[in-house]
Amino acid sequence: MVLVLAIGDLHIPHRAPDLPPKFKSMLVPGKIQHIICTGNLCIKEVHDYLKSLCPSLHVTRGEYDEDARYPETKTLTIGQFKLGLCHGHQVVPWGDLDSLAMLQRQLDVDILVSGHTHQFKAYKHEAGVVINPGSATGAYSSITYDVNPSFVLMDIDGLRVVVYVYELIDGEVKVDKIDFKKTATATTHSAN
Amino acid sequence: MDAVEFVLQNFTEMNKLWIRMQHQVCWNTSVLTCMAPENLHATKVKMNREGMIFWPCRCSSACDTFILFGDPELRTSFGLSGLQGPVRVEEKLEKERSELRDLVGKNLHVLSQIEGIDLEMYKDNVLPRILEQVVDCKDELAQYYLMECIIQVFPDEYHLQTLETLLGACPLLQPTVDIKTVLSQLMERLSNYAASSAEVLPEFLQVEAFSKLSNAIGKVIEAQVDMPIVGVITLYVSLLTFTLHVHPDRLDYVDQVLGACVKKLSGKAKLEDSKATKQVVALLSAPLEKFNEIVTALTLSNYPRVMDHLDSETNKVMAMVIIQSIMKNNTCVSTADQVEVLFELIKGLIKDLDGTHGDELDDEDFKEEQNSVARLIHMLYHDEPEEMLQIICLVRKHIMTGGPKRLPFTVPSLVFSSLKLVRRLQGQDGDVVGEETIETLSSVPSPELALRLYLQCAEAANDCDLEPVAYEFFTQAFVLYEEEVTDSKAQVTAIHLIIGTLQRMNVFGVENRDTLTHKATGYSAKLLKKPDQCRAVYACSHLFWVDDQDGIKDGERVLLCLKRSLRIANAAQQMANVTRGSSGPVILFVEILNKYLYFFEKGNPQITSAAIQDLVELIRTEMQSDTTTPDPASDPFFASTLRYIQFQKQKSGAMGEKYDPIKV
Repeated sequence: MVLVLAIGDLHIPHRAPDLPPKFKSMLVPGKIQHIICTGNLCIKEVHDYLKSLCPSLHVTRGEYDEDARYPETKTLTIGQFKLGLCHGHQVVPWGDLDSLAMLQRQLDVDILVSGHTHQFKAYKHEAGVVINPGSATGAYSSITYDVNPSFVLMDIDGLRVVVYVYELIDGEVKVDKIDFKKTATATTHSAN
Repeated sequence: MDAVEFVLQNFTEMNKLWIRMQHQVCWNTSVLTCMAPENLHATKVKMNREGMIFWPCRCSSACDTFILFGDPELRTSFGLSGLQGPVRVEEKLEKERSELRDLVGKNLHVLSQIEGIDLEMYKDNVLPRILEQVVDCKDELAQYYLMECIIQVFPDEYHLQTLETLLGACPLLQPTVDIKTVLSQLMERLSNYAASSAEVLPEFLQVEAFSKLSNAIGKVIEAQVDMPIVGVITLYVSLLTFTLHVHPDRLDYVDQVLGACVKKLSGKAKLEDSKATKQVVALLSAPLEKFNEIVTALTLSNYPRVMDHLDSETNKVMAMVIIQSIMKNNTCVSTADQVEVLFELIKGLIKDLDGTHGDELDDEDFKEEQNSVARLIHMLYHDEPEEMLQIICLVRKHIMTGGPKRLPFTVPSLVFSSLKLVRRLQGQDGDVVGEETIETLSSVPSPELALRLYLQCAEAANDCDLEPVAYEFFTQAFVLYEEEVTDSKAQVTAIHLIIGTLQRMNVFGVENRDTLTHKATGYSAKLLKKPDQCRAVYACSHLFWVDDQDGIKDGERVLLCLKRSLRIANAAQQMANVTRGSSGPVILFVEILNKYLYFFEKGNPQITSAAIQDLVELIRTEMQSDTTTPDPASDPFFASTLRYIQFQKQKSGAMGEKYDPIKV
């Protein structure tokens, strides 16, 4: 069982002052094995904070990130799954499912984690699973109105990944989960 | 009664003894320590065979008896040996002095334990007698010790009820007594007493504790003209802590204490003593810690006045403390007035104050400061759009004085705060915000950032249905792209942001849209590297096809874009073949193929299955060609694309039919 935190689009300090207190109290060091971050942190302080939660931190570049050295895309293997990471402002039209599918095929990954729209998404298509963890701070987006703060926790266990999404709605943290199974050739899913 | 009297007398006598011993000893040891052994003879000091030293008795000049060193009453006598003498003497004497001192204190402790002493007796008899001895003995060490004892040994409620008497003794003590520490201890005890239970609070009001303490402190400060400023501030810190504990609702008291500080500080130059500045920071931090509503502290009229007396470094430290307090408590500063006061307090961070140089500051520290200000801006919020607009204008006024170094940090926060408001208003007052925003953004000396912000504003204008405003924002973005964005990597990102934003615009009429898309496509084709050109051009194909109901769906122009990107890919291929003879960017063809599939599925009549078939064959040929080395990225991509086509073919209905002619 490997826990992977997918988080991004915090936009600190440009659009948000900090993570919501309820999220901060949930994210404690030592519980998560990997953090994958879609980008737009935007400052070193946020990077250091995430690093303190888990030393295995992977970040791709968002268009407002202070550190220009983050890569545009990143792929990594966790257990039986190949994951791809990309902020998403590079994929036009923004948030378009078919264009993201194309990126997934290009990166040749089972799970594509991408952000930019600040809207949580988790779905399966022919090439695999796409996850958008949304904005962890509920930051303003020109694309999405009424953004709720959200992040995703993936539990990777063998050929199965359970995706937990945490959303802050009206001051309360709500959790939902989706199951995805990978077979030798393709990925299937069941939603809960 | 008798017990009380006895203890009181004992106390008095022991105190006198202790004092006398102190002086004797002091005199003796000070003489001893500056004497070398060979000079002992010169002062007519006698030493017997055991090495005991006898001093000449000084009761009168005629007396020629010798008294044993360390006498009279305690019978301490001890040998000396050589040079070690003075040190060992000192140690032993010190021990005896402190034992006696403890005994004196013990008397007071015993007094406090005697049953039968009630408040009345304490007030009328015990305390006055003790204080009488304290004052009369005129010994600074004793007075300090005894005042400490009284405060520690007797119950706090007694102190409250005898406050006037106790404080009244203070001016009568020797001027060298550290009375400020005594008063601080008293106030601390009383603060803790107040914190222990809410029931005792009315007592404080009844005895007018605050004004009594306040007056006493004032008198002490007046009397001890040479008291260093750190001492004065420390006293006020103690008084403030007391006030916050005992009278948390009396903001006027808090302000009064700050005001007294201001008076003491004014007329002097800015504080330079670091201990004193630390105390001022403690003074200013106390109300912040106490009041969870930071805005309450902001209403204290003397607060900014105290801050003005800090040097610029400490002023900034204090400003950061204020901001951190707001962030920690998640406070929302919600009226324009409060925002005004707040920005006045943190002005050291907002701009270069007179006499400071911007370059002095360490880079990291400067970033931290400015990022804190940027975060703070998001804590300013009001439900009423009118009030919120006022707040935004106020913030804008302040941060615009920050100079080019600060603007890249602070302007984005302001812009996004404004955009949030615009979204709330959606449709009203958009114009006003628009013009001012352009002015603000044009002053940000960071073109890439400004470009992004212009695009954000364009989207907001689009949502408000303001075509000319949106167009103006795009124009500004293009100007920056043309003139300021020179790094090739930055250009690639910028052009994709422009394309992505433009793709979402629905407010433009045909002419405006054509102008902008033409520019975007033109710049895309002119990027430095061919692969980048190729990708940007095929991204532009989306400018001519929007999936919305009334979105543009110009199949021909889509195809033109895709063909153009193909040409660029071909040219890149040629170049690669010529220069290296190794694999060209086959992957570009695969990407373009995917785009063909995209529009094919959307129903663009210009994209035929034949064209797709041709592209598939082209890629196959390229991959199998001798000059091509297998590309770790292209192969799996092509394979998964073919898999996708297969998948779509197997679908039932329209999609399967569409894909039928394509053979993979």
